[in-house]
Amino acid sequence: MDEPLHTLSAAELGRRLAAGPLTSRALCEALIVRYHAVNKKVGAFTHLDEGDVLAQADASDVRRKAGQGRGPLEGVPVAIKDNIAVKGQPLTCSSQMLASLVSPYDAHVSDRLRAAGAILYGRLNMDEFAMGSSTENSAIQKTFNPWDLACIPGGSSGGSAAALAAGLVPLALGSDTGGSIRQPASHCGVVGLKPTYGLISRFGLVAFASSLDQIGPMARSVEDCELLLCALASADARDMTCFAAADRALTPAGDAKKLRIGIPKGFLGKGVGVEVAAAVTAAIEFYRSQGCAISEVELPSADLAVPTYYVVATAEASSNLGRYDGVRYGHRSATAGTPVEMMTTSRSEGFGAEVKRRILLGTFVLSAGYADAYYMRALRARSKIRAEYLAALATVDVLLTPTVPTPAFKVGEKAADPLQLYLEDIFTIPANLAGLPAISLPCGKSGHLPVGFHLVGAPLSEAKLLAAGRLFEAAHGFAHQQAAL
Amino acid sequence: MSSSPSDWEVVIGLEVHVQLHTRAKAFASSPWGFGKEPNEQVDPVVLGLPGTLPVVNREAVEKSILFGLVVGSSVPEQCAWDRKNYFYPDNPKNYQLTQKDFPVVVGGQVEIELPGASRNVMGEHKFIRIHHAHLEEDVGKLSHAGSGSLVDYNRAGVPLLEIVTEPDLRSAAEAEAFLRSLVALLTQAGVADCDMEKGQLRCDCNVSIRRRGAEKLGTRTETKNLNSISSVRDTVIYETARQIRELEAGRSITQETRGWNAELSRGYVLRDKEDAHDYRYFPDPDLPTLRISRETVARLQKLVPENLYDRQRRYVEKFGLPFTAASVLVVNRELAEWFEAAAAAHPTNPQGIANWVTNDLLRDLAASGGAGAPLTDEVLPAVSLASCPIKPVQLAGLVKLTDDGVISKQQAKEVFAEMFKTGQEALAIVDAKGLRQNSDTGELEKIVQEVIADPAVAKSIAEYRAGNEKAINALKGPIMKRTQGKANPVLIDQLLRKFLG
Repeated sequence: MDEPLHTLSAAELGRRLAAGPLTSRALCEALIVRYHAVNKKVGAFTHLDEGDVLAQADASDVRRKAGQGRGPLEGVPVAIKDNIAVKGQPLTCSSQMLASLVSPYDAHVSDRLRAAGAILYGRLNMDEFAMGSSTENSAIQKTFNPWDLACIPGGSSGGSAAALAAGLVPLALGSDTGGSIRQPASHCGVVGLKPTYGLISRFGLVAFASSLDQIGPMARSVEDCELLLCALASADARDMTCFAAADRALTPAGDAKKLRIGIPKGFLGKGVGVEVAAAVTAAIEFYRSQGCAISEVELPSADLAVPTYYVVATAEASSNLGRYDGVRYGHRSATAGTPVEMMTTSRSEGFGAEVKRRILLGTFVLSAGYADAYYMRALRARSKIRAEYLAALATVDVLLTPTVPTPAFKVGEKAADPLQLYLEDIFTIPANLAGLPAISLPCGKSGHLPVGFHLVGAPLSEAKLLAAGRLFEAAHGFAHQQAAL
Repeated sequence: MSSSPSDWEVVIGLEVHVQLHTRAKAFASSPWGFGKEPNEQVDPVVLGLPGTLPVVNREAVEKSILFGLVVGSSVPEQCAWDRKNYFYPDNPKNYQLTQKDFPVVVGGQVEIELPGASRNVMGEHKFIRIHHAHLEEDVGKLSHAGSGSLVDYNRAGVPLLEIVTEPDLRSAAEAEAFLRSLVALLTQAGVADCDMEKGQLRCDCNVSIRRRGAEKLGTRTETKNLNSISSVRDTVIYETARQIRELEAGRSITQETRGWNAELSRGYVLRDKEDAHDYRYFPDPDLPTLRISRETVARLQKLVPENLYDRQRRYVEKFGLPFTAASVLVVNRELAEWFEAAAAAHPTNPQGIANWVTNDLLRDLAASGGAGAPLTDEVLPAVSLASCPIKPVQLAGLVKLTDDGVISKQQAKEVFAEMFKTGQEALAIVDAKGLRQNSDTGELEKIVQEVIADPAVAKSIAEYRAGNEKAINALKGPIMKRTQGKANPVLIDQLLRKFLG
């Protein structure tokens, strides 16, 4: 028991808390010390309410002492991306627009974490309104990749991935609209899962693109990821797109060695870095060696995914972000004239460049005369992509690809070229368009930077993804890895 | 070349926005109602706080389907919501949830009754087709105060059913008759309260004119946000005259959105077609398509009340009521049902009961206040019978007492007044006041003979016998005096004629 607490897994921490003498207060105090030592370098957290954390920890310790522990997450801290509502805590979405907003209500996942006895621990940096792949679009601060502080951590859940890789917290919530959990997980060498659309309630998740957004668990191991997923998945009457399917999604899959794995044709070619291709190929060979059936599958419309995504997601975003107008909450321009001028000026001042770019694009693709050529066409392409993925997943259990074509790039390297940045999500976007579950887990390094691979399954096949992940993880040394800081 | 107004035909279509009678808002659990402090009836969903999501209020959907059944529409298998995007401070999300492609009501028709030649004569009946009705959310209210603006979101998110007619209406009178029928249908089914003073019913009015006999529709204008039936009527009259004037002066009609100033009785231009909004409609991703089960439809079908004009025809044909009484009774379902309960308790005289209800009961209910307004030009009788002190079976008892000759019509008025005051049975009041009329033929014969023998009335007797019918009344006074007014007047009349004959 000599290992520092910040290196332990959530599962192990839960076991030690249950067994004693470890208390949640001691654990949280250790993590707060770690926070003060490390967060400045990494920039993962934007806010940590230490008093609130310790009060939650004390309450947890009282519960456990009274024999009223609430399960494996009792007393375990979970850090939360700053687009998920926690009552009394900031909800900035890393935007100037909401810099002063304190949420008056709890998201459904926050309710679930409280019900599981977890500690709601701090607010994590992100790309503004979850729009970006490097967390450079945060209006609050930069976040750096713990494996190389000159590099980006990925995004938009870059704060979540960096916090895990830096040992700042054992578990984190992210959100994923086109890869925002999986891409930073890959860049930071951690595990991130985007559930089937509808498995986790979006109530309390600040909407970017409602038909694509999902909250998901992030951790340093598949086991921890599963632990958190189990706590989050439940029906919620406050989200009409959320359905009661946790039992189906989490029913243990059979023997992972019997999984049929499909390799999409051409996915290891285009723009994929040499070391990434090598690490992913090694992962494929590992599964083959375990007895899994490996086959190539065709996804002919895969090239449509990125353009389709940037039409659908921006269209929804242009409407979802309409509510930020300075009237009821958020940034209000000091130079207000009429109410409508006030709204316009507040929005011009409150939003960052990337958010404006996407609002403009989304407004354009929905506008009269263009909606048929762009939005309606994108919906048809989306249906086609979904149909192709479902057809492929009728012949294999999971699809295996790299998570991201190349490892983390340098801070500022792609800031001037948004189109180049959009290609970061080329492998992750289809799962959002098709509503499918997908997981990224580490499989190697490119130099000192982590590389991840990506598994996509049929709707509600989370258990299969987790089983495949555990099989790989058990045979490799990537679980629980943390960057030296 | 000049032409007369009758050379032109006006074509009217209405879009009627009705606040549904529900406990909660359309997509949030916040309650709503009239007369609360500003921003009292809000919650995170209503205010569009980040992360909140709409949830369809089943009650609002069911009330909408019920309306569809009331107007005989075929209920669709599914309905869905779209976002209508526009920026305005009274719109918390800067988009409105509405139904563009899959509305909850498709088709249907509303029977209307035009005014007759007089109040006692039934006017022409017509059917106005409903194009569709969609369920959407209301917005808040913006007001300007001093140097700033104030916004109240109590109304934001209130369920609104927008009922869109086909362009079937041909006059201001038809538009007015349509709205009266619609209000009766909505209130009688419990779909909406339609209190126009509270803004629960608002109307957009599309008007165009064409040469009589022409098929092609003229260019229409839309006058928005009319909040009373009279405003709709006045707008149609104004807009018809204006368009005729324009066309006859050789100008053309501009397709435009207009407003109405009720104080000045004048319309004005709000914006023309060039300024039309691009609402960027798209399917709302937060609300899945809603399947409407046939079980739900069957359950709601049972709640559809009898159509008011079917009821009116039944009252005239089966009960033999005069049109005037029937038309007053059927406008208010509660009143009609009250009447029918009374008529069922005394089936031999529905006309008598209708008389009491439409004259005495309505008058006293209105006078007692709180029970609602009587018939006015604008508002249909909002009489509430919940607090009516007289029960239907009690009124039936009163009518039966008069029909049986136990009390006179004059006595019945006194008994009714007491019943309304105390809620007692008619018979109990008759007994307590000793009002039972004297119909004892033997006793009355004796009194009649005594009075005839009195020399004081000899002159009246002579006049009667000389052919002055009215002279007989002079003999009734003394008889009533001797019986303390209880003598059965019909019997006395018979006896007098017998003895004087």
